[in-house]
Parts: sequence; C-alpha cells; structure tokens
Amino acid sequence: MPSAAFEQLAMPHFERLYNFACWLTQDRQEAEDLVQETYVKALKGFPSFQPDTNFRAWIYKILRNTFLTSRTGLKATATVPLDLEGEEEILPAVKETPESILLQRSDGQLVQQALEQLPVAYREVLLLCEVEEMSYQEIAVTLAIPMGTVMSRLSRARKALRNGLRPQFKKG
Amino acid sequence: MVCESWKAKLDTYLDGELPEQEMRTFDAHVRGCPSCSADALTRVQMKRAIQVAGKRFVPTTDFRRRIELSITPKPQRSFRLGWMLASATAVILVVGATTSTYMGNRSGRDQASRDHVYSEIADLHVTTLASSSPVDVISTDRHTVKPWFQGKIPFAFNLPELQNSEFSLLGGRMTYLDQTPGAHLIYDVRKHHISVFVFQERSLSARLDETSLSPKQLPFNMETWTQGGLRYFVIGDASAADIDSLAKLFKAAS
Repeated sequence: MPSAAFEQLAMPHFERLYNFACWLTQDRQEAEDLVQETYVKALKGFPSFQPDTNFRAWIYKILRNTFLTSRTGLKATATVPLDLEGEEEILPAVKETPESILLQRSDGQLVQQALEQLPVAYREVLLLCEVEEMSYQEIAVTLAIPMGTVMSRLSRARKALRNGLRPQFKKG
Repeated sequence: MVCESWKAKLDTYLDGELPEQEMRTFDAHVRGCPSCSADALTRVQMKRAIQVAGKRFVPTTDFRRRIELSITPKPQRSFRLGWMLASATAVILVVGATTSTYMGNRSGRDQASRDHVYSEIADLHVTTLASSSPVDVISTDRHTVKPWFQGKIPFAFNLPELQNSEFSLLGGRMTYLDQTPGAHLIYDVRKHHISVFVFQERSLSARLDETSLSPKQLPFNMETWTQGGLRYFVIGDASAADIDSLAKLFKAAS
C-alpha cells in the first residue's frame, strides 16, 4: 500500500523536519502548520516520487518550497541578496578568534542567537550542512541550486555567522 | 601567506567534499602545518557548535500523533461500510469507463496524472483567491509585474497587452506545482477572477494535452497549452469564452 510505504519513509524524518521548520519560520505554530502541509503534499505527490532517488532531499524540498510560498517565507526572502554579494570581507589575522573564545565558553545560546539573526538563505544552508549533515549534492537538490552555489553560499553563511558572533564577543 | 590556497578549501575539506586524492593530500598538509591545523580545529569547533545549537526544537507527542494519523492507511472498515464502498466503487467504475471512452485511448495512469495536475491548479486558484492578499506584486501594469518575477522563477515569459480588451491585470505571485516554481497571474473580467499559471513544461511530471478541453470534473473553465517550452493554464469561474479570449491574448503575446 503506497501510504504504508510513504509512512515508513517519511516518519523517520519527522523530528528533523520539525526542527528545520522551526528554524525557517521562527514560530512553533507556523512550523507545525508547515510540517503538516508538507506531509499532506508529500503523501499526495508520493506516486510521482522516483524510488531510486533521495527521499530525504525530496521531502525537505517540499517543506522548503511550501515555506517559500507562505507569507513568512516570502517576507523572509524578499529582502535578502542571495549570491549577489561582492568579495568577502578579509578579516584581520588574530590568534584567538571571537568564535574560538565563544566556543571555548561553550555558550550554545549565543550561537543560537547568531543563527537566528542570519538571513534565511544562509540559515537554511548551514542547517542542512551541519545539522542535517547533508552532502553538497543533497543540499543542491533540496535548494534547487547548483553545487557551486551551495559552496559559495555556505562559505558566506559561515562568514556571516562569525561576524554575527563578533558583537557578542565584544559584549562578553 | 603560504597556506592561503589550502585555507580557501579548508571548509570543503572539513565537510568531506574534496575528491579522495585531494583529501589525502590535505590530510598530510594539515598534519604538518600548525597554522592550518589550528584553523581547522576552530572550524571543527564551529561546526560542532552549530550542530548542537541547531538541534533545538522538539515536536510534541500530540503533534507527532496528528501527523501519523494524517498519513496512516485507514483501518479495515465494517461490513456495512464495505458494501457502501463497493457500491460507490461500482459507480466510480461506470463513470470511469464512460470518462475513459470520452477521453479516447489514453492510459488510466496518464489520465490520473493529468487529473492530479488539474486539481492542483484548481486548488492553487481557489486557495489564492481565498487568501487575504492573493497577490504579492500588486499592479495593473505588465511592465511592473513581469520584472518582479525575474530571479524568482527560472524562466521568462511575456504578458499580453490588455488595451481594447475587457481584462485587467490585478497582480502576480510565485507558486509551485510538482515542486516546480512558476508564475501565477490574476486577471479580472466583469468581477470574475481568472488565474493564469506559467511553468516550464519539462519540469512537470504529467504529460498534458497540447490544447485541453475544460476538464469536466472541475467547477471551473480551464484551458491549457504549451508554447515555447512553457506550459500555460488559464482557469476561473468566468465563461469558457472569456477563458478562451484570455488564452488567445497570451498565445499571441508569447
């Protein structure tokens, strides 16, 4: 039965999808609606899923596309320059970087805050890489962008996160 | 700095995404280079910190149950309900047989796939109009609406000139069909709203007709066709003649 097969494939991703949805929407109720809609859409579209392709990338893509067409998603992505940035800022060479000191302090909350402040395009690519541990190829499929763009966006996202941690460092 | 070229690839190396040979060369370099190994250590710490900070939200058991219920196959029904279902199935089979004669020799699978697309298009039309702000770019000017889609969808398309016609453009929004991004435009004709959807034909999984009749099962009139690699859908509760007129304007503009 297709829905039994779907359940078997889809439910192991439930908690991760919810976590990712919370990071995208930054609102638990909206995240629940997003996950619910994702599962309904995915079940409906399951007959068109190619069994030899990557289910995880497929369902994450559905969740992300659903988010992008939501009010919050459109608002979050409307003002963000994605890959239009110029050369990255060259940071001065220092022995102890702000992030290394912060990380030594194991202050996870500061990293969470810095992640929250990132534009959604940077936040999602970092989460897919570090939390979901997706390969560049999987991220490319999920975000529907070329591999080269995955790499450049990841690099900018990491730099933006480091810059986001700097003010925290000064405060600390 | 000597290590600049290595450092440029440090993140890719730590993500395990360099080719195997390059990974080995990198391993050897990092082991022997204090500057790169210190940098690598910081970046690994950052990766771990993001990993820990990122695993933050846990769904409630109640929400899990709701999701499971919404996707779990329905349990076996009672004998009486079974009879009702059997009767309903018989009726559907008769209707299905009639429909398949009407539609010619197309396979049931193709038909199901087309119906799925048509009902998705109808859903998109209805849910958008039911929304409190159906369009994200509000303009009657095609020269404003068309550029708004640039960078949001992976193709370009033309909007028709509406002077001397009864149609007016209300605006547009981005939409998705089969996980494929597309354009959704909303027009007005004598208080009726008509949606025009444009997608890349090759991205859609369903094989659709060149020029389709309005599907009988939908409470709307609809036309769909392909032109220049793009698939167009015009749908609304306006008359079939109005739908056809708007479709012709689009065909002439493309």
